[in-house]
Amino acid sequence: MAGKIITISSGKGGVGKTTITANIGLGLAMLGARVICIDADIGLRNLDVMLGLENRIVYDIINYIEGRCRFRQALVRDKRFPELFMLPAAQTRAKDAISIEQMKSVAHEAAQMVDYVLIDSPAGIEHGFRCASAPAELVLVVANPEIASVRDADRVVGLLEAETNTPARLIINRIKPEMVQRKEMLAPEDVVDMLAIDLIGLIPEDPEILTASNRGNPIVLNNGSPAGKAFLDISRRLQGEDVPFAPLKPPSFFQRLLGSH
Amino acid sequence: MNWLKLFRRRKNSDQEIAAQRLRLVLAHDRANLSPGMLDMLKDEIIAVISRHLEIDADKVEVNFTEDQRETRLVADIPLSSPRRRAL
Repeated sequence: MAGKIITISSGKGGVGKTTITANIGLGLAMLGARVICIDADIGLRNLDVMLGLENRIVYDIINYIEGRCRFRQALVRDKRFPELFMLPAAQTRAKDAISIEQMKSVAHEAAQMVDYVLIDSPAGIEHGFRCASAPAELVLVVANPEIASVRDADRVVGLLEAETNTPARLIINRIKPEMVQRKEMLAPEDVVDMLAIDLIGLIPEDPEILTASNRGNPIVLNNGSPAGKAFLDISRRLQGEDVPFAPLKPPSFFQRLLGSH
Repeated sequence: MNWLKLFRRRKNSDQEIAAQRLRLVLAHDRANLSPGMLDMLKDEIIAVISRHLEIDADKVEVNFTEDQRETRLVADIPLSSPRRRAL
């Protein structure tokens, strides 16, 4: 049976798509699944550094499409989980170097090999987004709790509804529970209500997400951290597990005192 | 007083303002009708209805409402009071 193809998208840039793709991909691998993460952001490759695999790249997705290598040669095997692979984007090509049909065929070939194919979509709602979402059976729409990001996410949901009817689930990233509590930030419930799609993940803002990315060891590997757990919860939900949404708590006085937040 | 300030903030919090602005922006985006176009539409509605009924044009409200992903245009058009009409 072919694996499930899931695209991570957002409309707006800089809301955390690549970080989320890396963490969910690793999370699924931690749960024992076989995964291929495809970087569809042609020209602005970043999934490789997020996963800490930038030094292992030999070929990229365009090399494969142009017949310069076999599919397996283009894949980079993860250094922690042998069943996790990344298909790198080309760094020196334009976004339109891949057609929708080519992306579909690459994604379906990947799906023959593994349980999950995660596609990291480029920002925007043009060709790159259309390519990345075309093969998807499910799109994870990422939004931050701020007006511009939710608005762009709504466009993505609208386009998916109108054009491909692909089911979409919502990930709200960069939630600051203490700001929500002080009523200074949009509440996750409001965002879910406005976008009117089912929620699959709530991720708190956490400086450790950055420090973990700096080292190429995504935070999901650190199971003890709230953000790491939030990512692993999404991976579990993708596997069909019924994981309740824990209310996000602001860091306690002692946590702040210890400087971990 | 500090607690008074806290109380006031809760009523008109940044959270609420953001949510209200966002709801409005989404309604206009989804309907593909700018706020200025909505005003023009409202004026035209007033003109059409006025041909048949005496209405209180100042109190007419034409707004979007959202129910999940369904958007509705709701017009609230008060008629002039019967007493004033009798005069």
